[in-house]
Amino acid sequence: MLDLLWLVPAIPFASALALAVLRFPRKIVAWIAVCSIAASTVVSLLVTASFLSAPPTANAYTQVLWTWLNVGGFRPEIALYLDPLSLIMMVVVAFVSFLIHLYSTEFMIDDDGYSRFFAYMNLFVASMLTLLLADNLLLLYLGWEGVGLCSYLLIGFWYRDPVNGLAGRKAFIVTRVGDTAMVIGLFLLFHDLGTLNIQQLMLRAPQQWHIGSGAAIAAAFLLLGGAVGKSAQLPLQTWLPDAMAGPTPVSALIHAATMVTAGVYLIARTHVLYSLAPSAQFAVAVVGAATLLIAGFSALTQWDLKRVLAYSTISQIGYMFLALGVGAWPAAIFHFMSHAFFKALLFLAGGVVIKALDDEHNIFRMGGLRKRLPVAFWTFLIAGCSLAGLPLITAGAFSKDWIIWGALSAAHGSPGLWIVALVGVLLTSLYTFRMIFLVFFGEAHTQVTRKPGNAMLIPCIVLAFLSIAGGYLKTPFARFLETTLPWDGGTGVVPASEIGSEVIAFLVLLLGLYLAYLFFLRKKAYATTLVSSAVGSGVHRFWFSDWGMDWLYDRVLVRPLVWFARVDKGDFIDGFYTGVGRVNEIAWRGLSRTETGRLRWYAAGIAAGSIIFIAVVLFL
Amino acid sequence: MTGVPMAYGLILGGILFALGLAGLLMRRNLLFILVSIEIMLNGAGVAFVAAGSRWGQPDGQIMFLFILAMAASEVSVGLALILRLNRQHKTLDADAASEMRG
Repeated sequence: MLDLLWLVPAIPFASALALAVLRFPRKIVAWIAVCSIAASTVVSLLVTASFLSAPPTANAYTQVLWTWLNVGGFRPEIALYLDPLSLIMMVVVAFVSFLIHLYSTEFMIDDDGYSRFFAYMNLFVASMLTLLLADNLLLLYLGWEGVGLCSYLLIGFWYRDPVNGLAGRKAFIVTRVGDTAMVIGLFLLFHDLGTLNIQQLMLRAPQQWHIGSGAAIAAAFLLLGGAVGKSAQLPLQTWLPDAMAGPTPVSALIHAATMVTAGVYLIARTHVLYSLAPSAQFAVAVVGAATLLIAGFSALTQWDLKRVLAYSTISQIGYMFLALGVGAWPAAIFHFMSHAFFKALLFLAGGVVIKALDDEHNIFRMGGLRKRLPVAFWTFLIAGCSLAGLPLITAGAFSKDWIIWGALSAAHGSPGLWIVALVGVLLTSLYTFRMIFLVFFGEAHTQVTRKPGNAMLIPCIVLAFLSIAGGYLKTPFARFLETTLPWDGGTGVVPASEIGSEVIAFLVLLLGLYLAYLFFLRKKAYATTLVSSAVGSGVHRFWFSDWGMDWLYDRVLVRPLVWFARVDKGDFIDGFYTGVGRVNEIAWRGLSRTETGRLRWYAAGIAAGSIIFIAVVLFL
Repeated sequence: MTGVPMAYGLILGGILFALGLAGLLMRRNLLFILVSIEIMLNGAGVAFVAAGSRWGQPDGQIMFLFILAMAASEVSVGLALILRLNRQHKTLDADAASEMRG
């Protein structure tokens, strides 16, 4: 069964190709797109079953398809590597993609680019699976850029509005900054260790580099650069909120559930490197902690439903980075899984609301939808509770409490990081319940114009189930990942117990819930007074603009560059190319004079030409 | 084999060719241009025959037969074209038919 592995990325790729090249009627487009992902999911489940029932030697399976290239000792292969880590990622990605494709068949039904949309989506899934299953970093990088390309194409999917195109370009360029760092990291790894095969790298790195050596730190930081760009972490997070310009299923699949967690996967995949570079690992934790706070504050002030969710995504990925940074590896992957479920669900249920209100994104103009969109309400509520981390019953609680506990007790944990994680819980529950109260409770501001159909509701219900049930997998999950990503249960000397940390997190959550209830449902006047006060409005504007990051980048990078480009318009390189054009033009003018239409003139030209030619042949 | 040296034949061919070319370039009347082309062809033919006789090969004469056949077909096509042109422009002046320039 394991040798079917190559089909997992191959099927979506084939269907993406078919949808891009051939024309089909809408019904058939939907069938091809959904069935290909369904087939991919089924194959991945079969592979999982056979992996679990008869684990291969060393708990990992490599399938070499062919040699990509073979130059001077550089011999990357097109090979897939399946171990518990990539297996979990693969199954989650394939399954969530399937649900979102199903949802999209209805969500995009009125759209002109139906076939184009599904071609991009399938290509995305294929690239993402390539990224996850890649055996070497070069193939991983191929998938990495593939998902980046699809992200760009899908953010700018409604290309007639130039704003969407700009958002796509911004996402592409900002992530390119990180990708450049990553490529340099790959060069460095190949230069020093002589291979890009991930397993061999992880074997050779500890042999050649001692802990804290410069090369290890540089490589780890450069890979972190790539991860930060793709996962929208500080300081490259500015592209993700704008990426919400794409269709909602795209936001759910690419910009919440799967692609943006590629950075988390990359760091988990190369965690040996980070163990060799403690300062880089500490940087991962700091980046995660800072991002989860900054994005949490920003989420509090947004009025666009999808932008709230975008900041929440940034913040939750910050949690994953925090877990990676403190060395609680499996906690990060577990949070990836539960986040994939509940965040995809939040976007899908949010998409139901947006569609039902005729493309209304402003949460202040929603309200009172509890009764009129009951399925959307309940699923959104479940996902929201999971996001906030309501203990015992939701998946998000299990994963987030694990991270919070890890932040205190793991090898590199510290009380400071633990407190940041708890503040993050307060922010999360505050913005989550703010959203829920404003959208579903209170008075109705906008009328429901269309009811969602089954294709949109069934994925929501399935994901709602997973957002709850996913959490109970924690113990088998940790045991399964043990060989790849070890977790010692917290070795740091701490005066608290895991239960204690969870109880505190729960109390913080309740505080956030109460504050949200007070400000956004019971006494809305409080919130208005707070925002309209001098300090309040300033802070509000600051948080709303993502802590002024866009403003800063605009002033520091974009404008100087544009200014320089304008000043430098007529430099000598330009002069050279204009000169080539000018010479051509002069030659054309001269030669066109000779075209007179006179027969004898032409005959003379032929005679002169042959005389010159013969003379050249004879005398030279 | 004794006879006319090859150089004479070649010089004669060259003179004929040059005369034909000069006529082609100077004459404006299309009929004379056609005649000039015939002269050039014959100059080339004389060169072929002279070369054939120098090496005692029949190829030169065979080439001249080809040239004759080609000249005949060329004249028939050329005359037809000149007739059409004459109908159109009421003249045989080659420079009058210069409206095809790009």
